[in-house]
Amino acid sequence: MANYSTNQFKSGLKVMVDGDPCSMVDVDFVKPGKGQAFTRVKMRNLNTGRIWERTFKSGESLEGADVMERDMEYLYTDGEFWHFMLTDGSFEQFAADEKAVGDAIKWLKEQNVCIVTLFNNAPLLVAVANFVELEVTETDPGLKGDTAQGGSKPATLSTGTVVRVPLFINQGEVLKIDTRSGEYVSRA
Amino acid sequence: MISWQPSASLEAIRARAELNAQIRQFFAERGVLEVDTPVLSAAAVSDPHLEPMQSQYCGPGFDQGLGLFLQTSPEYAMKRLLAAGSGPIYQLAKAFRNGESGRKHNPEFCMLEWYRPDFDDRQLMDEVEALVAAALGRDDFQRISYRKLFQQQLDCDPHTAPVDQLRLLTRQRLELSLESDDRDEYLNVLISHVLEPALIKPTFVYDYPASQAALARVENDNLDQPVAKRFELFVEGVELANGYFELTDSQEQARRFDADLETRVRLGYPCHPVDQRLVAALEAGMPDCAGVALGVDRLLMLRLGKGHLDQVLAFPLRLA
Repeated sequence: MANYSTNQFKSGLKVMVDGDPCSMVDVDFVKPGKGQAFTRVKMRNLNTGRIWERTFKSGESLEGADVMERDMEYLYTDGEFWHFMLTDGSFEQFAADEKAVGDAIKWLKEQNVCIVTLFNNAPLLVAVANFVELEVTETDPGLKGDTAQGGSKPATLSTGTVVRVPLFINQGEVLKIDTRSGEYVSRA
Repeated sequence: MISWQPSASLEAIRARAELNAQIRQFFAERGVLEVDTPVLSAAAVSDPHLEPMQSQYCGPGFDQGLGLFLQTSPEYAMKRLLAAGSGPIYQLAKAFRNGESGRKHNPEFCMLEWYRPDFDDRQLMDEVEALVAAALGRDDFQRISYRKLFQQQLDCDPHTAPVDQLRLLTRQRLELSLESDDRDEYLNVLISHVLEPALIKPTFVYDYPASQAALARVENDNLDQPVAKRFELFVEGVELANGYFELTDSQEQARRFDADLETRVRLGYPCHPVDQRLVAALEAGMPDCAGVALGVDRLLMLRLGKGHLDQVLAFPLRLA
């Protein structure tokens, strides 16, 4: 990979720091009127998710990280790995481990398209779309007429995840869920 | 599509005109003369950590061309006016610094610089306070010595702490390992990254380490520690002004120019011609005075409560 010097730093740049791939979140130039120049970078460690700040002397450089974000369709899990396929027509498949799948596991539905971050061509991180549509597999019977206000109940979705839904929702219905908050949005 | 519109709002552009008018009024009332000196000079700043931009004149008088530097501040030219007997002077000048661009930096910026014969650093701090208090509508100024600031926040004496202690502090606070044995490098990193962001109330920091005197005179403080009679003003974590009880000794000035050049050679930085006209002016005699430079764009940014210089510059570097 190419090296990037402090003058090339910008948010979104992926670099290697202490052996981990990192994504720059915020870059600022810091220099006292009398004194040396530094570049202060806030970055996300893509391995751990941790956000932290590092300071670099002007002119220092970092190795770029071979990190790419690709659209992939979720295929199936064999219990150990979760299998994805590129949507670019190449049919190329990738296997993500539990760590890479992380919280996305709650919303993974077969044939849905996810954004998979590849590091050295292996899945590092799986991100589902902000909204997914999932079927209710189990919930208490819906209450007729109660479509407007009041009350909620738990509902189990096809992925096994439990969300709070309004009382009028029935088993078998497909719901739109906000994956960032894990909240019910509407009927799909 | 080509971006042509200013990055500052029209409100900010009008506010700049108001601020400039207020500054001129402030000095008119105090009998300080507005002056105008050239932006281009055949000599360059000596400070190793300031890199001038370069230009060239070609034409009558200089058939082979004359290399010119854009000023990093109007300091040298204004000191020549002082030596010529100008009395108190100020200038709203464009200054240029290569390699500086970011939230609080633009390579071209507006600097308010002024000089007060017969003032010392304390008296000049009073005047800076009056100007900034009016511009920002604040009255919560405080003053702290460089030593006390480091003692309070980092539990170390910046004048005497061994370099190993400063290196450790820098590593602990910033995960930053520098190979340098230069104490000032660590002190500068610590003040700019750790201490400055916490200086929210308008704060004058004074009595800098003698090794950071730049063009300030060095005197002993009440602990018999030689300190630079230099001060800086910080507001909302922003370095706003830098002032000196000015050095008037021409031999000492020439010696500091030489020391700066040696540092440039050691660090592998380019060496530019030093301002012999300034040395000559000091030889002829510059009155005892205090002088200060204040970033006008930053002052406007603070006045309008903005977080980025681009919001107060009509056309920052990326749109210039």
